[in-house]
Amino acid sequence: MTELTNLGVKAIRDGVATGDFTAREVAESFNAAVAEAAELNAFIVTTPDHALAAADAVDAKRAKGEQLGRMAGVPIGMKDLFATRGVQTTAASHILEGFVPEYESTVSQKLWDAGCGMLGKLNLDQFAMGSSNETSYFGNVSSPWRKAGTNAAMSPGGSSGGSSAAIAARIAPAATGTDTGGSIRQPAAFTGITGIKPTYGRCSRWGVVAFASSLDQAGPMARSVEDCAIMLGAMAGFDPKDATSLDLPVPDWEAALSADLKGKRIGIPREYRMEGTDAEIQESWEQGKAWLRDAGAEIVDVSLPHTKYALPAYYIIAPAEASSNLARYDGVRYGLRDLPEGANLQDMYAATRAAGFGDEVKRRVLIGTYVLSAGFYDAYYTQAQKVRTLVAQDFERAWGSCDLILAPTTPTASFPLGSLNEDPLTMYLNDVFAVPASLAGLPAMSVPAGLNADGLPLGLQLVGKPFDEQSVLDAGLAIQQCSGFDAAPQRWW
Amino acid sequence: MSVTREEVAKIASLARIRMEAGELERMVPELNNILNWVEQLGEVDTSAVEPMTAVIPNTLRLRDDVVDADPRTGGGRRADVLANAPAAEHGFFGVPKVIE
Repeated sequence: MTELTNLGVKAIRDGVATGDFTAREVAESFNAAVAEAAELNAFIVTTPDHALAAADAVDAKRAKGEQLGRMAGVPIGMKDLFATRGVQTTAASHILEGFVPEYESTVSQKLWDAGCGMLGKLNLDQFAMGSSNETSYFGNVSSPWRKAGTNAAMSPGGSSGGSSAAIAARIAPAATGTDTGGSIRQPAAFTGITGIKPTYGRCSRWGVVAFASSLDQAGPMARSVEDCAIMLGAMAGFDPKDATSLDLPVPDWEAALSADLKGKRIGIPREYRMEGTDAEIQESWEQGKAWLRDAGAEIVDVSLPHTKYALPAYYIIAPAEASSNLARYDGVRYGLRDLPEGANLQDMYAATRAAGFGDEVKRRVLIGTYVLSAGFYDAYYTQAQKVRTLVAQDFERAWGSCDLILAPTTPTASFPLGSLNEDPLTMYLNDVFAVPASLAGLPAMSVPAGLNADGLPLGLQLVGKPFDEQSVLDAGLAIQQCSGFDAAPQRWW
Repeated sequence: MSVTREEVAKIASLARIRMEAGELERMVPELNNILNWVEQLGEVDTSAVEPMTAVIPNTLRLRDDVVDADPRTGGGRRADVLANAPAAEHGFFGVPKVIE
């Protein structure tokens, strides 16, 4: 029965519906695979009973001839940033260790309603702050991939690194991710899987631990474009409990998928040719252009002149919002409390937050506090918000001459855990290609392009117009079909 | 612009994060690296630009003025609200003494 773990969302859903296998058999296979893969450290907690109960419910429905949900029988991993009722939700932090929500996030509830079960809560960078999965209080996640000829533990990317590692290792067919400045796309690229961040507002943020609210957006991660289209359909939709939720109908992305790109113009932004980008990444970008041309698209040059300012603007805006959002962790209402002997209320706050936040979180809260403080607000925060307007206007102008943008997802392939820790800045630069689309709220996806000479996956990124996830998915499908990417990591765990 | 150790201590205090001397020492160059790098935003002419307030045009909605319109976010859920409190006493959040 181990081969069931090689199946993706669509194959599982269809196989359960036709009776080729039961949802319980699928859940048991994945539960076993999860249990054997503890070395990856992809999960903070596993929930095999949740997966089994959901599977049994699907099998019972099918036996009664009732209509099944759009993801019926698919067990998934849930990034531990989504509040799950009765199951510990930590954001990979010490300050939320032991927090067991009394409510369910909108996105996870929609997935359970669609017939999914939960394999467990996936590890991530603490509060989704990181690009390598090295800031989790619960330890690093190891990528299932290794550089050819070495045994060094590689980064699965971040912040959705538990999600990417689990999917690439075939211990989950799909998982939720969240993307604030690349946290779905960069880990997808590092692990040879597919992930899409939809237009800002498509997926409800209600019940998602907040990092930078004007940027945070949930999305699916899986091993194919079709699987992402199915899962995005299950996750998206208007939610009155999220003030920025889009009140728009959810298109049937799966049904409309088409790899025929005739009439589409693909923009190649000249400012994305940056120093420090691997030659192999440049080559894969060229290859991507050729694939999209083969699929019928026209390739055009475009300019996004403020690209180089997107990342520094992000590193003002995101920490500013984080410093405000994370003010809620005070040791009073939930989570950790550190109350030193004789401490007053203010001491308790400061001690709790000192003990409960990791270094990267503290760094960003301090930066955010600084750029929002009196005297510096205009020079840093207002200026960054103005630059954000310019970055968004760059894209608006580009849409005059193209329908989609093709770019690399990351400037390099995955790197060994621990290799970029000496300077936070070098880590930030990993998201240089991902952040502009985040600042502009645009749908963006990473699809595998191939392996580099070291045998590590490389990803290509597609960015679309607001609300046009369909074109992003279609072009992703074209790349998927042309690349024929089906590489899997050699099992070592 | 760069920050001194004293300024970092002030920021940490504003952010309610206790920091020992060694931690402050480490933070100063790290924060200055980041601040020096974001400084490049000053090069951009933004004199004719409005700061972004909403990334996707959207209008704020009003809900009907009904008590407990959504039972999940309405009232009457004291036990749920207190369930994760480190110190819940007599139906309230417990904190160290604030008023002498």
